[in-house]
Amino acid sequence: MLDPSVREYGSWGRYPRVQHRAVVPISWRKEIPDLAALPGSLLPYGYGRSYGDSCLNEGGTLLDVTGLNRFIHFDKETGVLRCEAGVRLDQILAAFVPRGWFLPVTPGTKFVSVGGAIANDIHGKNHHVAGTFGRHVLRFELVRSSGERLICSPEENADLFRATIGGLGLTGLITWAEIRLKPITNAYIAEEQIRFESLDEFLALSAESADRYEYIVSWIDCFVGGGRYVRGHFMRGNHDPSPVRPNRPPEPKLRLAVPVDLPGMLLNTWTVRAFNTVYYHRQRARCVRKVIPYEPFFYPLDTIHTWNRMYGRRGFLQYQCVVPFDGDNVPIKEILDRIRRSGQGSFLTVFKTFGDVPSPGMLSFPRPGITLALDFPLQGQETLRLLDDLDTVVRESGGALYPAKDARMSAESFRASFPRWEEFARYVDPKFSSSFWRRVTSEDGQSR
Amino acid sequence: MTTAMHATTPAVLIIGATSAIATEVARCYAADGARLFLVARSPERLEAMRDDLRVRGATQVDTYALDLTDIDGHAAMLDAAKQALGRIDAVLIAYGTLGDQKKSESSVETTLREWHTNATSTIALLTLLANDLERQRHGTLAVISSVAGDRGRRSNYVYGAAKGALSIFLQGLRARLSKAGVKVVTVKPGMVDTPMTAHMRKSPLFASPQRVGRDIYEAMQKGKETVYTPWYWQFVMLVIKAVPERIFKRLPL
Repeated sequence: MLDPSVREYGSWGRYPRVQHRAVVPISWRKEIPDLAALPGSLLPYGYGRSYGDSCLNEGGTLLDVTGLNRFIHFDKETGVLRCEAGVRLDQILAAFVPRGWFLPVTPGTKFVSVGGAIANDIHGKNHHVAGTFGRHVLRFELVRSSGERLICSPEENADLFRATIGGLGLTGLITWAEIRLKPITNAYIAEEQIRFESLDEFLALSAESADRYEYIVSWIDCFVGGGRYVRGHFMRGNHDPSPVRPNRPPEPKLRLAVPVDLPGMLLNTWTVRAFNTVYYHRQRARCVRKVIPYEPFFYPLDTIHTWNRMYGRRGFLQYQCVVPFDGDNVPIKEILDRIRRSGQGSFLTVFKTFGDVPSPGMLSFPRPGITLALDFPLQGQETLRLLDDLDTVVRESGGALYPAKDARMSAESFRASFPRWEEFARYVDPKFSSSFWRRVTSEDGQSR
Repeated sequence: MTTAMHATTPAVLIIGATSAIATEVARCYAADGARLFLVARSPERLEAMRDDLRVRGATQVDTYALDLTDIDGHAAMLDAAKQALGRIDAVLIAYGTLGDQKKSESSVETTLREWHTNATSTIALLTLLANDLERQRHGTLAVISSVAGDRGRRSNYVYGAAKGALSIFLQGLRARLSKAGVKVVTVKPGMVDTPMTAHMRKSPLFASPQRVGRDIYEAMQKGKETVYTPWYWQFVMLVIKAVPERIFKRLPL
């Protein structure tokens, strides 16, 4: 009975929790207020699906763009969709999948805005072939606090275009964007799930699948030691090419929500380990093939609205890093070892290799290598210490941490992850800021 | 337009079309390929909505800019709608203002203006529309009233009284038009998270405009009489209406 779509101005990990001075709804493209006159610093805010503090602006003003949720134009010859920045990806899917079009890149949740997808230059299971979301953005309008309204594209205001893609909302307010959708035959994915027993097996599967499968992702259990490092399920899939399957997926059967904060103690090392073991063994056969609607394939967690409340009031920390490939993959082994030795469990751990398609943004996170995403219930200093420890390995390997999922990386880690940050800083709108940005650019380099 | 065309693409008139709730109802109809006639005050907002509904599949979208509190403008607007749509299958009236109770208490002018927007002007419009629909002996007429009209509360009785008057007017109209086969749907939303309530603290009872819009669309398709949206408001209001007055007057509602 609770409607989970009613807004709360927090972040998905529910840590940190901050107070904002004001929230200004932006609902019409032609009625943008004078940004320079609004109180404090500004940050656009959509559906609050960033995990940490990159979507928060403590003591400042949020520009709530969820009212900017209209389509503007669709060219059914080219698949180019122009829409307002607050349009959510699920709204695009609902309107366009039945007509045979799909998102060029989609993250693991469909409840993010187009503006947020650009600002975080998000990636998905098809990164090895399609690159990031930003690669499929043709142009957008950026409103600066000076009152200027700029069209940005690879040709026009190209620097601002590259700064804004992956620019964490700091370069101004995106009001609309043009993205290129891709044609599909129906709403289904032909999927294969393969159980693997070791890191080597994972790498072999990744290498053999990259050319033949558009979508690849793995779920892993990182509690296995002994030179195997991981075990898990390797999922690979393609859009089903059969013209006889419907292009309207079946209505999802049940919408669930976690109505209240569960006690924080519920997710502890033991329950998380038990879950991972059970999850690993749920599939008896080594390989299972099936054709399933796109929603359970891409968005398994979206069926449980507010799943973040599972972690209780204290919230949780999401951690995503990428480390470059190297001959022996020492850095990723080191990271997995440190997690295992810490005894702190991650409920869902996602593993994927990024391809070498270049990311367009100055601060884009994806780059060639292995990416690992974990979520840890926040257990105070112990958890923070482990993550700092992992950061060291990431930095030394020349890897990067993902701002969209971060609430605690140090200024040092940020600068090491994004060597172009000073170039980027020149394009930040003087009136715009975020809790994240202040944290990672503060002079003393304090991590929290 | 041929009759076959009318059967497949509903002709829908939406008055107060740029509100968050009306937008969602219009989107449901657009997905059905409807022909739409949108009325609201701002031509720029209407234009943004028209583009959106076209992309979503509306066969035809016409717009008409009018301040609906201007009663003298109603007849010309309805003529334009009939011109554009031909026979009208469904009408939604969705404009209104939440008003400022405290300001109304100290200002006769504010009270009367709230009353004019939420009751008088809507009733004026309904008087004309009812006759049109009665003549064509067909159609569904949905009007957004409010749960606030079910009982006067200290916190917003000016708005509540106007919506209450509207609800009673609709009840009578429903009885009268039932003979002509015209359905009248009284919509009573609870608290909805829209720009109208942007300043309010969000309790768990708040619903999204998407959900409320979907409910209204479905109620219009089914020709329901009174619909509370979301559904739990029916029970909330049952309780609120049952509290004896001598207790109710002391409640901080």
